[in-house]
Amino acid sequence: MHETDLAVIGSGPAGMAAAAEAAGLGLRVALFDDQPRPGGQAYRDVDRVGPMRGAVLGPDFVEGRRLTAALDDPRISHLGGAGVWAIEPGFTICYSQAGEARLLRARRVLLATGALERPMPVPGWTLPGVMTAGAGQILLKQAGLVPRRSVLVGTGPLLYLFAVQMVRAGINPAALIETQTRGDLARALRHMGGLFGGWGYMTEGWRLLRVLQRAGVPRIVGAHEIAIEGEDRAEAVRFRRGGAQHRLPCDTVFLHHGVVPNPQAARSLGLDHRWEPRQQCFVPVCDAWGEAASAEGGVEGVFVAGDGAGIGGARAAELQGRLAALRIAEGLDRIGNEECDGRAKPLRRQLRRELAVRPFLDAAYPPFAEALRPDDTTMVCRCEEVTAGEIRRAAAQGCPGPNRLKGFLRAGMGPCQGRVCGLAVTQILAEATGQSPDETGYFHIRPPIKPLTLGALAALAETGEAAGTDKTAPGQGDAA
Amino acid sequence: MKTVSTFLSLEAPGPRVRVWLDGAPLHLPRGANLAAALLGAGVNTFRGTACSGAPRAPYCMMGACFDCMIEVEGETRQACLLEVAEGMRLTRPGAPGDA
Repeated sequence: MHETDLAVIGSGPAGMAAAAEAAGLGLRVALFDDQPRPGGQAYRDVDRVGPMRGAVLGPDFVEGRRLTAALDDPRISHLGGAGVWAIEPGFTICYSQAGEARLLRARRVLLATGALERPMPVPGWTLPGVMTAGAGQILLKQAGLVPRRSVLVGTGPLLYLFAVQMVRAGINPAALIETQTRGDLARALRHMGGLFGGWGYMTEGWRLLRVLQRAGVPRIVGAHEIAIEGEDRAEAVRFRRGGAQHRLPCDTVFLHHGVVPNPQAARSLGLDHRWEPRQQCFVPVCDAWGEAASAEGGVEGVFVAGDGAGIGGARAAELQGRLAALRIAEGLDRIGNEECDGRAKPLRRQLRRELAVRPFLDAAYPPFAEALRPDDTTMVCRCEEVTAGEIRRAAAQGCPGPNRLKGFLRAGMGPCQGRVCGLAVTQILAEATGQSPDETGYFHIRPPIKPLTLGALAALAETGEAAGTDKTAPGQGDAA
Repeated sequence: MKTVSTFLSLEAPGPRVRVWLDGAPLHLPRGANLAAALLGAGVNTFRGTACSGAPRAPYCMMGACFDCMIEVEGETRQACLLEVAEGMRLTRPGAPGDA
């Protein structure tokens, strides 16, 4: 089996920066990503974007080329189109690439698996033509596609950025239907300290809103009772504002009310998680270097950087990736303790500045309350087609948490393994049972965490590479 | 097959290659993200769900939701994680009509 010093899972800003930093300190790095090319979602396919698309997406996007360029180092192997389906303590990275299952040994693991969109179950959200705002941005970044007639629904600065990118592309969205209220903004102003720290972000936000105003893109603030109508695909968005009901015809609906850490890899390793009330999501418990707290009997030597450790955005992710790489290099005796702390100091200062605006943003753009408490008929688990009402009935029948719910309803057991509905299931159950999210818990995530064909797995066993049969591996053959 | 896409392409796409969708030829930009290329070609439904047959199409475009699952050479794959290649044979599991 091949061996490397550091396996980085995910080649977005955190993963790319960590790989470059670690390689610069002499470590051999394997950088995994399920997309064929580096960039993550923030800088998706940035190397193939031409000048016109670059101008539409803006300088903050094109900036990602600095990170992809730094991967050109003989100590870094970038494994694109590679789905990591299991990480075994010790570590053995099990992944699929080009239809083959493969194994790699690594002394340390850094999870840089980024964020997922917060689930936004509203009536009609499973219809074709309904996507996340992140998906809309990816279509623009990776394929140069702009929706002809779209509506953006939800809350948060990402909606403004995406709308402005559409304006620059010459096709305005029909409207922004925003769920935050003026009261949210007033409450957010308590975080004025953060406002000054994050001044750059604030002026950027105002600039985006001015562009939208000049372009005549209507903004509806404080919308509620949102539903998407359509037979076989999205045809209109219905919503209420104040007393009046409105209906906006469209082909494409982009939903967004924040992003949350992608929990799959961290959960599959059994890392401790805690509920983060300000961001309303679970985060893995890590120290200031991103090293995961080792639960009793749990694994050691796992680091988490970027949005997967708590939402901080692309620039914070890059700094966290570098901090983790420093600590990993220190642990592997590539640098001394003093050098590690010395190099970390300016990074920590920048990181504090990057994160200063977060409390304001979290308060000004809170998750859409109706999507956190969907009505009984709204689908929550898209894969197994389970409604909020069914989840509440299961709770009433004594189902205490997400893992028992699998037995009741199969929620979270479809192909997405709870990636989309997991957080919504926890929150609905928590409310129904009167328990906290921490008490309610989350789906157990077990490998394989990415699709794996039996053929690929069987071929692995035939070559004697399966973890359980390899004499150098820690002797756990139960991953599959 | 409907070819009017709900999306417009910003730039003239590069060279196209022929792929097969449910047995019919379709010309997509070579090397493009498969899910994006299908949406750009006016393919609005990627599959019907196993539970109810309800139509689905790409939702997250980042490998998380699995709603863009399509059969490639008979194997179920996530279209948003693949690139278009000449001669790909695609079938839509349980997709109603030509939507």
